[in-house]
Amino acid sequence: MTAVEHGRAGAALAWRRAALVGLGFGAGALHLAAVGVLLMLHQRWIVIDTLSLGQATVLLLAGGAGAMAARDADARLARGALAGLCATLPLALLSLAMDAVTLQPIFIVLTPDLQAMLTLGMPPLLAAPALLLVGVAAGLLGAALRAIPALSRALLPGAIAVLIAGVFQELIQLMLQQYEGPVGEARDFVYTWEGLTQQGAVTVFVVVTLIAQLAGRAARGRVAAMEPARRRQIWAGIALAAIVILPAAAGSYIGQVLMLVGLYILMGIGLNLEVGLAGLLDLGFVAFFAVGAYSTALLTADAPNALMHLSYWAAMPISVLLAVCVGVLFGLPVLGVRGDYLAVATMGLGEIVRVIVLSDFGAPLLGGAQGVLHIPKPQIGSYTLSSPVALFYLTLVAAAIAAFIAWRLENSRLGRAWMALRDDEDVAQALGINLVRSKLLAYGLGAAFAGLAGSIFATMLSSVYPSSFQLLISINVLALIIVGGMGSLPGVVLGSVVLIGLPELLREFGEYRYLFYGAVLVVMMRLRPEGLWPSDVRQRELHAGDETAALDAGADLLPARE
Amino acid sequence: MAKTLLSVCNVGMRFGGLVALSDVSFDVQEGSIHSVIGPNGAGKTTVFNCITQNLRPSSGEVWFGDERIDGLKPDRVAALGISRTYQNIRLFRNISAIENLLVGMHLHLRSSWWGAVLNTPFTRADERAAHEQALELLQFVGLRGRGDMLARNLAYGEQRRLEIGRALATRPRLLLLDEPTAGMNPRETSEMMAFVERVRARYAITLLLIEHQMRVVMSMSDRVTVLDHGTKIAEGKPAEVQRDPAVIAAYLGTAAAAHAVPA
Ligand SMILES: Nc1ncnc2c1ncn2[C@@H]1O[C@H](COP(=O)(O)OP(=O)(O)O)[C@@H](O)[C@H]1O
Ligand SMILES: [Mg+2]
Repeated sequence: MTAVEHGRAGAALAWRRAALVGLGFGAGALHLAAVGVLLMLHQRWIVIDTLSLGQATVLLLAGGAGAMAARDADARLARGALAGLCATLPLALLSLAMDAVTLQPIFIVLTPDLQAMLTLGMPPLLAAPALLLVGVAAGLLGAALRAIPALSRALLPGAIAVLIAGVFQELIQLMLQQYEGPVGEARDFVYTWEGLTQQGAVTVFVVVTLIAQLAGRAARGRVAAMEPARRRQIWAGIALAAIVILPAAAGSYIGQVLMLVGLYILMGIGLNLEVGLAGLLDLGFVAFFAVGAYSTALLTADAPNALMHLSYWAAMPISVLLAVCVGVLFGLPVLGVRGDYLAVATMGLGEIVRVIVLSDFGAPLLGGAQGVLHIPKPQIGSYTLSSPVALFYLTLVAAAIAAFIAWRLENSRLGRAWMALRDDEDVAQALGINLVRSKLLAYGLGAAFAGLAGSIFATMLSSVYPSSFQLLISINVLALIIVGGMGSLPGVVLGSVVLIGLPELLREFGEYRYLFYGAVLVVMMRLRPEGLWPSDVRQRELHAGDETAALDAGADLLPARE
Repeated sequence: MAKTLLSVCNVGMRFGGLVALSDVSFDVQEGSIHSVIGPNGAGKTTVFNCITQNLRPSSGEVWFGDERIDGLKPDRVAALGISRTYQNIRLFRNISAIENLLVGMHLHLRSSWWGAVLNTPFTRADERAAHEQALELLQFVGLRGRGDMLARNLAYGEQRRLEIGRALATRPRLLLLDEPTAGMNPRETSEMMAFVERVRARYAITLLLIEHQMRVVMSMSDRVTVLDHGTKIAEGKPAEVQRDPAVIAAYLGTAAAAHAVPA
């Protein structure tokens, strides 16, 4: 082939790729429509009478397709437009089909309401081309945002701010509700109870764009010059400040959500020792959480089956200790089990704990399905930690201590032994590492953190029931570690926020939030299997100066011979 | 007469129906370089596994000094002073080079996990000393300046040397090397041989070596044991073994024969 023919073939391939990307996103949109999510999103305004969440979703899909198609150097905008067209094509065809035949008896969510959304009340023969045109425009915009950085810098911050302000309007309004005066007036100017007002949306966009421009100009040079590690530290600092300050300002609902996130962070840190460091897959982790919760319940509750009436602060360490004991006992039978088999075996052990609690045998002590009630709240002096926000701060302190301990462990002799175990158990043993001891320590210490989480959980709810300790909790903790980044402490935090916090905030979407959850998992594993915040390679060699950095940079160029 | 450090007595190993070793016996003298050779699948690696107790021998005994070690856990064997490398390099791939060495030093560190959590002065001193020794070892295996790289990102020859360094970190009296020159060209092979000599000179260590390249075996070994189909067919000084008709027969037709006979 000549160079020209090569070029032509390459271009044809690029066009086809653009079309396929578009159709992929289009299929996603069609799927959302067919399961009813699109219509549900359509019933929520972002900007009143202007843009619904459903419409925004369609626009985002078409724009995203456009941006993805615009990755080559030439004809970016045109390819973006094609991708946008293809992204709306399935929906356009759907609206035509719904006009021609009644599909609702088969697909019950394909209602006239959906038809109205797709056509905006226009006659179908006019509406379908209009929808495609919107797709082309969105695709073009997406491609342009990718192709022209200056444009995206100008538009994106404002647009994202409007989207966030719109999607989380209920939460934000809840937070602002308590204020009168100027803040209250600003709130009433930007929001009605249904969503952003039109002038509010414009205001948010303009203000955020201005701030972004000013801040961007001031910080861009400096941020770019920073090392990635330093930049991360700054982000972590900002996040920490937000976590410390936000709940106090935001009120009890956010406090509750953050507290749940905190409990999962605690458990994540524990499971991370087992799975992330020592490589011991554990699907029975919820058992330790349950032991912590029930221990605290039985040691403190004002209930007939309680064993003692200790104060919370006395019960907590005992609960943690009991969880550690159970962790070690739990580890014993699975010492010789590896890999996939370990996952199944631990899952069985986790279920055993729940079944024992539910059984007639355990009922006199543990209360069976009725659980244990009237667990007191912790007290400091005469102050009772009863509000969700106060308990959140308790969780935060616990999580901080846990993270600190985990960090120290990671960098210790034991932590190195765990990592060796994870990479190659036989070799680790041949180097003198005692497998029994190391594994039991991993289970025991991991269980300590889960037990602590369980203890706080019990006092938070004032009661414990066996139904709170389902397999799903183990799976959630494992998923958040994987999404955050195996073996990475900041990853645990990020994973909890994304997988536990966000779905909680999207609670109004009911069962659909698990759709979101599943989609995040699949997309993450496709695009970023190493996790959101993968663990660093620890820098251990003291003399690591510029020379090493240069060598490291060349490392990937060396042939890796196996 | 030197002292016997390792004694393999009538060791047999079966995998289901397959007899990988039958009745293999040999002694390794303290301070010597002892080689085990034989065609592919002869059972050489299995002998190593039976010594380090990665595999439990089906029959026979293994003695290390005055201690019977067959049936012990591999970590106990390591603590007694036997360490090894693997035919297909088995570094801890996802941790850095220096951490690989620190894992090797596990046996000789004394700090506990709670000492690490509290960061006690004892732990700090222990870790600092470990770190210094690891750096020294890193220098010795020629990886100075590359300690922070992930083991899997090192070049092949570096990985081989790091693996030997990790084995040395356990401070063994007996070091087992399983085909340290596998996959190397003549120049790399010569470098590896010089490196093994340096190891021996510096650590005054006894070496048991599985080797494929006759040049290496003949020039380095004090004594050679030849395996074929899981049985010992010859043993002696390199020159004796080389002339042994049974050995020539075992190697005949294999590529190694061409090297073995003229060398
Ligand atoms: N773990 C094992 N399970 C089953 N068979 C094995 C195992 N290890 C080695 N073998 C068999 O034992 C024989 C000897 O293998 P090996 O000791 O690796 O030979 P060499 O190192 O001399 O090339 C081979 O037939 C091999 O397939
Ligand atoms: Mg072998």
